[in-house]
Amino acid sequence: MKMPMKVGKKSAETPITAQQIRSDAKMQTIELNAWFGMKQALKNINLTVKTNAITAIIGPSGCGKSTLIRCLNRMHELVPNARMSGQVFLDDKNIYASDVDPVQIRRRVGMVFQKPNPFPTMSIHDNVAAGLKLTGARKGEALDEVVRRSLEQATLWDEVKDDLKKPGTSISGGQQQRLCIARAIALQPEVILMDEPCSALDPIATAKIEELIVQLKNEYTVVIVTHNMQQAARVSDFTAFMYLGELVEFGETTCVFENPRSELTEKYITGKFG
Amino acid sequence: MSGYLFRKFKNRLFFVLCGTCVVIAVIPLLSILYEVVIKGAPALSLNFLTQRDAYGGIGQAIQGTLILIGLTGIIGIPTGVLSGVFLSEYGNNKYATTLRTVNDLLTEFPSIVVGITAFGIIVLGVIGSYSPLAGGVALSFIMIPIVAKTTEESLKLVPNSVREASLALGVHKWRTTLRVVLPAAKGGLVTGILLAIARIAGETAPLIMTVLGNSYFFQGFFSPMDALPLRIWRDSLQPYANLQAQGWGAALILILIVLSLNIAVRVASRGRLKR
Repeated sequence: MKMPMKVGKKSAETPITAQQIRSDAKMQTIELNAWFGMKQALKNINLTVKTNAITAIIGPSGCGKSTLIRCLNRMHELVPNARMSGQVFLDDKNIYASDVDPVQIRRRVGMVFQKPNPFPTMSIHDNVAAGLKLTGARKGEALDEVVRRSLEQATLWDEVKDDLKKPGTSISGGQQQRLCIARAIALQPEVILMDEPCSALDPIATAKIEELIVQLKNEYTVVIVTHNMQQAARVSDFTAFMYLGELVEFGETTCVFENPRSELTEKYITGKFG
Repeated sequence: MSGYLFRKFKNRLFFVLCGTCVVIAVIPLLSILYEVVIKGAPALSLNFLTQRDAYGGIGQAIQGTLILIGLTGIIGIPTGVLSGVFLSEYGNNKYATTLRTVNDLLTEFPSIVVGITAFGIIVLGVIGSYSPLAGGVALSFIMIPIVAKTTEESLKLVPNSVREASLALGVHKWRTTLRVVLPAAKGGLVTGILLAIARIAGETAPLIMTVLGNSYFFQGFFSPMDALPLRIWRDSLQPYANLQAQGWGAALILILIVLSLNIAVRVASRGRLKR
């Protein structure tokens, strides 16, 4: 088996088995299926997301990556005609149980979207504070402190600290995306989902976001969907490869990239298709 | 070369045709404006604007029109905006599709029919007399579909990604709509409301059957009241030159009110583009 790509950052320890991952899983999907109308987008996905690690989901366009992470914070059901079956556990609670309020789940599982989407009518400060203000979680002076801390964590504070009153849409695309990350972490979620967060950005902005994602791992559990395999290899601890709605391969990033079990995975990561 | 000249000629011909049609379309508008200004301007004076009928003024009609705009706004703006919110944010079902069609129909509804309906239900039934309230209700029947339509359209222009951003923060849908989506559509909302006010300010038929007209200032919510369109209508039927002149003056004031609302719309929507 040839080595498609050098991934230097992980030591070559023994692959973690499925059983071991489950013991420290933050989120876990069990037989997850999802549909848009009649079209099935996800087929029997069993995926485990490990605590304080970065899990990358890769695969060609239309394979269901975005649908999968949108099932993790119940955003999938907002699409008209969308439905799903199966279970998704956050810690030990099935988030699709009938007594669970999806709004509460979305506060615990934050999300960053493909295109930066700051609130157009709000200032930079209010964008970061929006989650806390609109969910009624916190008011007053503490808010400024949260805004500052979130912007610092998102490595944006130094660039915008004098312009907090300016509209959130007045800064560059890369800065806007970091603003959106700050907005998500202001609520101190447990998990942050990122749906191709760098696909609309230039290489320099991408590098900054990647650096930030790696830092976020210390406090949060991160799931990132990406088109860019090098990006998955650079930032993630675990990689899931999806194809046509199925989870083809999942494991430690080093293993998936250097020693893929499935022929399909190997073909994809060596650029033979996708 | 002659082919080129012929194409050039056709091009020129099309331009001239379009230009001519614009001129034809503008002639009635300009001639009305000209007529109203020439015949209405001499009537204008402080006395004319502030005194009632008997003292040669249209004060009570201006007051009545402003009261009607206020009443209609109180009933029509919240109802219209929230209907538009429903159609845009919760409108993905058969019920809303039907509502949308009915709403479009109401936008084009003959205002005399609205007047008769309000007369039958409110003037004869609920209140028992001609009343500014009946006028406000009748005019809001005309305003609501316009405001609902423009609200729906401007809310649909707000990108879905903005809604998703808010929902993904764990914000409830009603709060997302009120605090994120509506502010983002503010410019379009204000435009729609001002256009609807301009439209109802000039309505006459529903007022004949609901507020009737009055030559005194506001007499309370259960008595007839005057309004500019009613005053214009009454004065124009009079054989006396001085009353006809007052009618022209009232027409000029009404046009100025509608015009200033339209300018306000322009300013409001320009502000939206800038942002």
